[in-house]
Amino acid sequence: MQAKEVKLPLSNKEALLLHTGEIVSLFGTAYLARDAAHKRIAECLEQKKEPPFALSDACIFYAGPCPAAPGELIGPCGPTSSSRMDKYTIPLLDCGLSAMIGKGRRSHAVVEAMRGRAVYFAVTGGAALIISKHIVEVKEVAYPELGTEAVLKIKLNGLKAVVAVDAHCNDIFSCAEVKNERNC
Amino acid sequence: MRIVPASTIKEAVAGLFIDAVCSLPKDVLNAIEKAKKEETGAALMALEQILENSRLANVSRRPCCQDTGLAIVFIDLGEQVHIDGSLTKAVDEGAAFAYERAYLRKSALSPLTRENTLTNTPAILHLRLVEGDKINISVMPKGFGSENMSALKMLKPSDGVEGVLGFIVETVKANAANACPPVIIGVGIGGTMEAAALLAKRQLLRETGKKSASALLSELEEEALKRVNSLGIGPMGYGGKTTALACHIAELPTHIAGLPVALNMQCHCSRHKSAEI
Repeated sequence: MQAKEVKLPLSNKEALLLHTGEIVSLFGTAYLARDAAHKRIAECLEQKKEPPFALSDACIFYAGPCPAAPGELIGPCGPTSSSRMDKYTIPLLDCGLSAMIGKGRRSHAVVEAMRGRAVYFAVTGGAALIISKHIVEVKEVAYPELGTEAVLKIKLNGLKAVVAVDAHCNDIFSCAEVKNERNC
Repeated sequence: MRIVPASTIKEAVAGLFIDAVCSLPKDVLNAIEKAKKEETGAALMALEQILENSRLANVSRRPCCQDTGLAIVFIDLGEQVHIDGSLTKAVDEGAAFAYERAYLRKSALSPLTRENTLTNTPAILHLRLVEGDKINISVMPKGFGSENMSALKMLKPSDGVEGVLGFIVETVKANAANACPPVIIGVGIGGTMEAAALLAKRQLLRETGKKSASALLSELEEEALKRVNSLGIGPMGYGGKTTALACHIAELPTHIAGLPVALNMQCHCSRHKSAEI
């Protein structure tokens, strides 16, 4: 299957060019952040403090890797369930977040808030080892005390993903349901 | 009386966890291979990646999934066995050793302060005394993407078989897309609240797709699987025919006033390993 190459960071305008269901290869910069980091970033924004990385055009990958074994740049690093981050996501979108990588459904509120500016990529849960092989640079950015939940800046080199929710509010997860209800 | 040193338990638990996280059981892989023939597009890509990832994990002895789970341990301890030392301590030490030695993710933490225990212990230990002089140990590093998608309901006796099926289908419909489908569904019917939940979890140790010995339950398993696979959720929720690889159901006698039913969701990365001592 031919995958479309997508370079990160993605501008809001570029996000508009992607469509739900497309298979893409992701290249470029993303930030690992999951539950605990999101809670802290949300607190930063509430208190009008600087978040640990610039959110404008940023891509967040919801993941907390295994510790790196000797010889590894990063341990196995697959996606976690994105829906747990929904509660924190809209203020991040308002700060310019243009892409998210994770697995599973998003809330209607998040899908709606992505309209015209952001895209959500799904990667295969439980395929953590393959995914980690597509991470070619790792840099610690914030909250090292959170261990696996620390914020890391990573560089992706051709990570296969599916456009799960596009900037036009098309949602692969509800498409699957509707398709089934129509029995087609 | 057979005497088994606690250190033997510790070593067995450690070895089982390391093996379990690095390889998927053959029956799970076979079920995924079979599912591949039914799927296309993104769903097919996901299944191919799962199989390739498993091969890579086997070869490199690294975990298939970064969520190496909470450490769940089932022990059936023969009544004729005397453990020389502390069994509970041996289980915790074995699990802690595995997570440290094999560079596995330690996810265990205090639920409210969210302070990590740094050892991935205490293990969740389910101990049963059984006849004989053997010890059977099964470990299940259980990820929480799927665990979070589990559910329990105290149905009414009048809800009957249709009520149970309805609960299974509704739970899968609402939750499976987030649980790394194709999932394996463990269902416990009857007993009490906690007994139904534990019974559901034990069904995840069963060989994938192996039918219940009871004709009634086997029929129920088949019907539940048919209904959930017609939901269209598919691999990773991308749409498709394989939402679940199997549905394993077991029952326990319950109270005249009750019909507890628990569903324990398991992701495709259904890791577990057993040994007899």
